Amino acid sequence: MSTTAPDAEGEGPREGAHPAYTGMEPSTRKAVLRQSLSVGIATGAYGISFGALGVASGLSILQTVALSALLFSGGSQFALVGILGAGGTGSAAVATSTLLGVRNGLYGLQTSRILHVRGLRRLLAAQVTIDESTAVAVGQEHRAEGRLGFWVTGIAVYVFWNLMTLIGALAGNALGDPQRWGLDAAAAAAFTALLWPRLRSRDAAATMVLAVAIALLTSPLLPVGVPVILTVLAAVVIGLSGGGRHEPPTEDPELDDDEFREGVPS
Amino acid sequence: MSSWTLVLVASGLAYVTKLAGYLVPESWVEGPRRSRVLTLLPVALLAGLVAIQTFGGDGGSLHVDARLAAVAAAILLLLLRANFLVVVIGAAAVAAGLRALGWG
Repeated sequence: MSTTAPDAEGEGPREGAHPAYTGMEPSTRKAVLRQSLSVGIATGAYGISFGALGVASGLSILQTVALSALLFSGGSQFALVGILGAGGTGSAAVATSTLLGVRNGLYGLQTSRILHVRGLRRLLAAQVTIDESTAVAVGQEHRAEGRLGFWVTGIAVYVFWNLMTLIGALAGNALGDPQRWGLDAAAAAAFTALLWPRLRSRDAAATMVLAVAIALLTSPLLPVGVPVILTVLAAVVIGLSGGGRHEPPTEDPELDDDEFREGVPS
Repeated sequence: MSSWTLVLVASGLAYVTKLAGYLVPESWVEGPRRSRVLTLLPVALLAGLVAIQTFGGDGGSLHVDARLAAVAAAILLLLLRANFLVVVIGAAAVAAGLRALGWG
């Protein structure tokens, strides 16, 4: 990916210049790369549990690997094989998987503002638009870092997730119960770690509390997968009602996204 | 539907959903309120996923088991500014350890 910093020409890259207008400093770049790779490796690690569960649900090794390569969204994949493994119908499995995947479309609304991709790159970006790549991209202070984080995380997760899915599928029953190894808990911990850095504002904390309440209260009542989608309501309610809490509505420093909006033709 | 049909249909729908996010006009997401909702969206969904992954069981039932202790360990490690990988492995180890001892 070529990251052409605006206003880069005419003034040589020098350290200490305004960070929004220069390339990344090496230390920043290194930090983003390190974060992206560790997210990729950690996420890939629980691809092992998906591979094992996929084969256990009755899919072939090839079908299990195909899900990781083509569907490539952990929550949807786990939901799909979970419902199949529990004896659910194919359409219920597909519906739940798709409902869980709706959040990726919502993530795309955010990442498209950071990436500004067209053509083939947009088609590729869409495939790697998942929880992890979005979280790393949106968690960066500036757009160039966000772009780097998105691509490196997306590709790293893709590679490790598929590799580990294959290993998990091959190991299959040899691994035994994935729960014995705490792999289900690893998934919960990974989502916690991705959520953590985004809880800096009071609005975010309020959204989290409301979302957890919605998910837990509706989980026993609604089809698997729907409660997570319903948490969108938490973001809508808090997002629309917040604002004047800190300062005039025109300038809200909590709104990190202003950084990303620079250079966007309005 | 056959297993392959299921795999391909689910994958196709997942991709269309992902791509849709990129095809929506940018003007749809402008303005401070919409922008704030979009910023909070992943927070809400990730929080929902944490809740479901921690407590969810068959058919949407809720359980307290080793996963809760694992997430508590993850939060502790995050408070100590541990690296992502350490957090995830530490949480898995806590769950695996508790289960080896016969709980959760």
